Amino acid sequence: MYVSLRDRPGAGSAPGRGRATRISSTVVLLGIVSMLTDISSESVSSILPLYLTAVVGLSPVAYGFMDGLYQGVSAFVRIAGGYAGDRGGHPKWVAVAGYGASALSRLAMLPAAGFAAITAVVTADRLGKGLRTAPRDALIAEASDPKELGRAYGVHRTLDTIGAAIGPLVAFALLAAVPGSYDSIFVVSFAFAIVGVAVLVLFVPNLKSSAGKARIGLRRMFREISGRRLRKPLVAASVLGLLTVGDGFVYLALQERDDFAATYFPLLYVGTNVAYLLLAVPLGRLADRIGRARVLVAGHGALLTCYLLAALPAGGLGLTLGTLLLLGVFYAATDGVLPALISRLVPAEARGSGIAAAQTAVALTRFASSLMFGVLWTLQGPGMSLVVFAALLAAAIPVAGLLLRGIDRAEVAP
Amino acid sequence: MTLRSRVITLVAILLVAVLGAGGYVWQTRASQARTVAEAAPVATAGDLAGLRNQPHVVFRSTALGAEYGRVAVVPLSAPDGPRAFTPASCDRVYATAADAICLAANRGLVTTYQALLLDDSWNKTNELPLTGLPSRTRLSRDGTLVATTTFVFGDSYANPGQFSTRTVVSRTTGEVIGDIEKFTLTVEGKVITASDKNMWGVTFVDDDGFYATAASGGKTWLVHGSLSARTVTALRGDVECPSLSPDGTRVAFKKHGDLPSGKWRLAVYDLKTGAETLLAETNSVDDQVEWLDDDTIVYGLPRETAGSASSDVWQVPADGTGQPRILIRDAWSPAVVS
Repeated sequence: MYVSLRDRPGAGSAPGRGRATRISSTVVLLGIVSMLTDISSESVSSILPLYLTAVVGLSPVAYGFMDGLYQGVSAFVRIAGGYAGDRGGHPKWVAVAGYGASALSRLAMLPAAGFAAITAVVTADRLGKGLRTAPRDALIAEASDPKELGRAYGVHRTLDTIGAAIGPLVAFALLAAVPGSYDSIFVVSFAFAIVGVAVLVLFVPNLKSSAGKARIGLRRMFREISGRRLRKPLVAASVLGLLTVGDGFVYLALQERDDFAATYFPLLYVGTNVAYLLLAVPLGRLADRIGRARVLVAGHGALLTCYLLAALPAGGLGLTLGTLLLLGVFYAATDGVLPALISRLVPAEARGSGIAAAQTAVALTRFASSLMFGVLWTLQGPGMSLVVFAALLAAAIPVAGLLLRGIDRAEVAP
Repeated sequence: MTLRSRVITLVAILLVAVLGAGGYVWQTRASQARTVAEAAPVATAGDLAGLRNQPHVVFRSTALGAEYGRVAVVPLSAPDGPRAFTPASCDRVYATAADAICLAANRGLVTTYQALLLDDSWNKTNELPLTGLPSRTRLSRDGTLVATTTFVFGDSYANPGQFSTRTVVSRTTGEVIGDIEKFTLTVEGKVITASDKNMWGVTFVDDDGFYATAASGGKTWLVHGSLSARTVTALRGDVECPSLSPDGTRVAFKKHGDLPSGKWRLAVYDLKTGAETLLAETNSVDDQVEWLDDDTIVYGLPRETAGSASSDVWQVPADGTGQPRILIRDAWSPAVVS
């Protein structure tokens, strides 16, 4: 009934007879869904600080509290989403629920007023994001040739990041056309989101976990994600996550020493995103060729260099751009590569849960890292704190390398 | 569903989305244009040069229409009467008899900001460096020193201080004296070195002394600073955006107290007796107030009506008595020149 199962590798046809396999249409479709949704969500989140402080009248401190709330909610729901996709055998419909919740939250922004209402709406959006990520990544794994997984995630993340780059531009263009009309942004954002959901519902096939009816129970899921195969990668991802500070801190460090960075502060995110979207596919392919674990670990080497560049007491335009480029390299080498690595380590029926476990571990440890870094920053300033984190990361990278050694070969037979 | 019917469904949804959202934006734009066109024209009168020779108020006019955002002048004798427009457009303005400082935005895909010094006939004499969103600006009484506060940017939870300001003091000749956030901050005898330290809202005493707000670790203080010694010392907690009275005896400020976040109450602090008086204005005021005379302060308040881009300048007695009332309609960022 759905588009076809033709593009599903290993489902009968003989892929990879020497020639490069094509990226599955499912991956491209999911990329388009993510792109539309990211245009929608980034257009809102780029103006949210302005809206909350200028229109609703929250102080920057209250806004900061909300941002913390996002993180917590998102991490918890993520694992539930992964499990729900595995358990029901319908990852697509879990993803639809996630994308749908985010879309509806845009409309709810229209009448929302006051701290509580906006918190609820923003939480619903994050809830949706948490819910959809793991089942969607499981779908990508399901639709792709295992040997080309890095590239498939690279394609998806490129489209996703294009959306993230366009979103703020849409928002600021609208604010220029209809000054002060935040409602216009919410309505346009909703329109993008709803088209994204439509593409997902109408065109993305509901690829079931290949094990078919083998529904896994909670206990089985816990056994899978705490099992021997996942233990080392999860520990490695957590150790690295603990030393990954939010990019906001890097931007703040840059703006303190460089007037260019201060003036064009909102553009720093765009710079990182551009580097990320240009590199996501090449680094994904590299990961397919030389090993995902290797690229993942090397990506943290780029992050380490990025810390050191940002910690330099003085800098100019060149150094700022170099720092952004390295941050983009880091994201391109890790964000899509991690699910590519994990999804081959767990049996297909627990794939969503496995991916979710890894992503949750990364999200939680990065959040903890940002808290620790915030304290350190307050005590001794940005430069010194970055150097401390760079030194710790330099010690952690070899440890992670050891933990992940040989992991690329330890695949579960698909 | 066949592929064909799915494509048709998608096209239909796409059309509804594009037409719906586009229509909404178009209608909003049209209704904004209508509001501007239907706005009662603001009464203008008076000759600029003449007004400058008598006590007057300089402010940003927020009356809807072609002059929105222009700097205007009214005589103190008839503040809510007709206004005279200057050629300058500013987001934030302050003026003395000798000169004026104008913080303005160049809006675009990336909005940049500039700080322009204007002479007494509103011609640009100098441009000062400015990074970030303009927030406060003040000139010293004789118009030779200028302070600007900008928000470099706000950030997220777990980020230090959640927002970052820059407050630069310069001479109107263009010579930059320094970022007062780099001055040595002392609170209760201890030097604060925390890097989440922010300062904003300068008010000048003379050619060396000034008052301002300092913040660190979620606390704010009234600080007294010295430009020559490059130091600032905390005098009192929970004081934001101080403004020194013309006789130099009191400071009007916004006090957070135990109000919900983002809310402030206006108060006056007597520098000699240490007495604090809450003013009769009960609306939350987020502005650096200005003194009309030694007994009255003035401040901007956004209009209550939803979606309004307008604001009014209000006045209230500085001793806690009386009631607030409107001084100038459709105005913002007042500077009293007497």
